Amino acid sequence: MNDIKVKVKDLSLRYGTNLALKKISMDIPEKMVTAFIGPSGCGKSTFLRTLNRMNDLIDNVAIEGEVFIDNINIYDKNIDVVNLRKKVGMIFQKSNPFAKSVYDNIAFGPRINGISHKSNLDEIVERSLKQAAIWDEVKDRLFHSALSLSGGQQQRICIARSLAVNPEILLMDEPASALDPISTAKIEELIHELKKEYTIIIVTHNMQQAARTSDLTALFYLGDLIEMNKTEIIFSNPAKKQTEDYISGRFG
Amino acid sequence: MVTFNKKKFRFSDWLAEKVIKAVAFLSIAVVILIFIFVFREAFPIFKMDKKEAASTETLVQESYGGLGTDNSTVKSADNQVDNSNRKQTNDEKPSSSLLSKTWMPVSDNPRYGLWPLFLGTLKVTLIALLFATPISILAAIYTSMFAKPGIREIIKPVIELLAGFPSVVIGFFALMVMATVLQNIFGYASRLNAFVGGIAMGLAAIPIIYTLTEDALTAIPKTFIEASLGLGASLRQTAFYVVLPAAVPGIFAAVVLGLGRIFGETMIALMATGNAAMISMNPFDSVRTLSATIGAEMAEVVFGDIHYNVLFLIGSLLFIFTFALNALAEFYFKNLVVRKYQSKK
Ligand SMILES: Nc1ncnc2c1ncn2[C@@H]1O[C@H](COP(=O)(O)OP(=O)(O)OP(=O)(O)O)[C@@H](O)[C@H]1O
Ligand SMILES: [Mg+2]
Repeated sequence: MNDIKVKVKDLSLRYGTNLALKKISMDIPEKMVTAFIGPSGCGKSTFLRTLNRMNDLIDNVAIEGEVFIDNINIYDKNIDVVNLRKKVGMIFQKSNPFAKSVYDNIAFGPRINGISHKSNLDEIVERSLKQAAIWDEVKDRLFHSALSLSGGQQQRICIARSLAVNPEILLMDEPASALDPISTAKIEELIHELKKEYTIIIVTHNMQQAARTSDLTALFYLGDLIEMNKTEIIFSNPAKKQTEDYISGRFG
Repeated sequence: MVTFNKKKFRFSDWLAEKVIKAVAFLSIAVVILIFIFVFREAFPIFKMDKKEAASTETLVQESYGGLGTDNSTVKSADNQVDNSNRKQTNDEKPSSSLLSKTWMPVSDNPRYGLWPLFLGTLKVTLIALLFATPISILAAIYTSMFAKPGIREIIKPVIELLAGFPSVVIGFFALMVMATVLQNIFGYASRLNAFVGGIAMGLAAIPIIYTLTEDALTAIPKTFIEASLGLGASLRQTAFYVVLPAAVPGIFAAVVLGLGRIFGETMIALMATGNAAMISMNPFDSVRTLSATIGAEMAEVVFGDIHYNVLFLIGSLLFIFTFALNALAEFYFKNLVVRKYQSKK
């Protein structure tokens, strides 16, 4: 097992009075794919969003507990959330490229960070698009609107956009749930490639996808972490009855 | 057993549909009738012109030749008093005087030059827009992006309340307070002028521009904001580089509608601009706007007189202009937003 990249300790989260996460603790290893599964509303997205403090944006959220990334508690008072989010990139369920050209989408992050030299930007754009395995499809359309691409292409543009700011961790919230099987296969292939360099955490409703892409799997249920283990074990020999039931489709 | 092979007559549905339809068509009809009325009252100027033009041409040219040389002084108007016999002929060819540089409808030799009114309206409108637009947009950015929900819940309704302020109150405030204060600050000569009027009208337009801009900003899908923040952009960068550019069409629409409000504003113009129709580029000179002209003169005008027709012509122009602005905002800019976000799922 690789080194621990993210360490979560007794994390609870409340939306108003609704307790959405109940004392979650887990270790997420570096440069591996960790999948979160569980029935709808069990808190997977909520948990994922605590890892880059995206929940800060929502009113009435109360968070207890600690999340360490590279041994630093990201809920510490002195944390710079903006820089944290540069290190922890996020891909959303619904692809959300800006209403700008492909090039400007990818260059957005670097520009925000003060990179303005055209040659530098060109290089970053090309590298990110290649990493996201979409360079060949868009290299002739860099200055067309990103919204003119297909849904699957848009999602890979979003991945490329995240990669352009050199994150270390990628959070993906059901990145392929709105895509057709071929686009989904491309994204999965991409995840396989990316884990050589990035720590990837992915939420999915698709059991096969979790089984195919991930090294570790965690099952959530009603805000609890039920079980987390190597993916083979979760899918072949889970410790908890609840896990077995969920995997085999008896609830959820 | 429900049968559906025969259409059933439902009286209340039928009635509701007819009533709604009738009300809708009635309101459209009223607008069209007003439109027709205003244009009909303005029309005689042009008709009269054609009929009389040939017979009076020489006389009129003579008269205007004299005027053109020094028409900016009051003296020239006094001179014309002697030529009171020419009054009649001038009256009969009003449309050529529409393009002259003097608005002097009640002198012995009345001239209906619309340029000073156009220029005055333009000046006031520009000042009002320059004042209201930045304030409204910044306030909208603040409440939609930065303000805590508690603060937002206070600021938004308060600004929107300002929209319900009777313009006569704003005009009175401008007349009594702002005029003095601004004169003390800037030290210009005439107390009531385009600047004071423009600022006061800006105040009246702020709620409209603010509300619509704030709507345009909050309509930007949350996913864009999250995407930007997720890339490590600060809230300020997100507001100015992502949300604001995406909302530009909506903001344009807001500004255009605000412009319509300023353009048609009568009470404030009447009370705060000084109402002197003159051609000047100085923002601190008094001006007379198109709408204020109608407001001030309609009550004193003789029914069917040329002056009366000209006022209706001004009304028609205001009508067309505001109509065009609203159409622009409604169809062009709104479509732009729709095309930007809804063409692709
Ligand atoms: N912004 C919010 N405000 C209040 N409650 C929320 C909010 N977002 C989520 N919740 C609640 O928190 C709980 C967990 O939601 P979450 O979105 O994390 O579930 P999920 O596991 O991602 O579900 P899904 O698989 O459907 O995406 C749910 O009960 C949900 O109603
Ligand atoms: Mg979710």
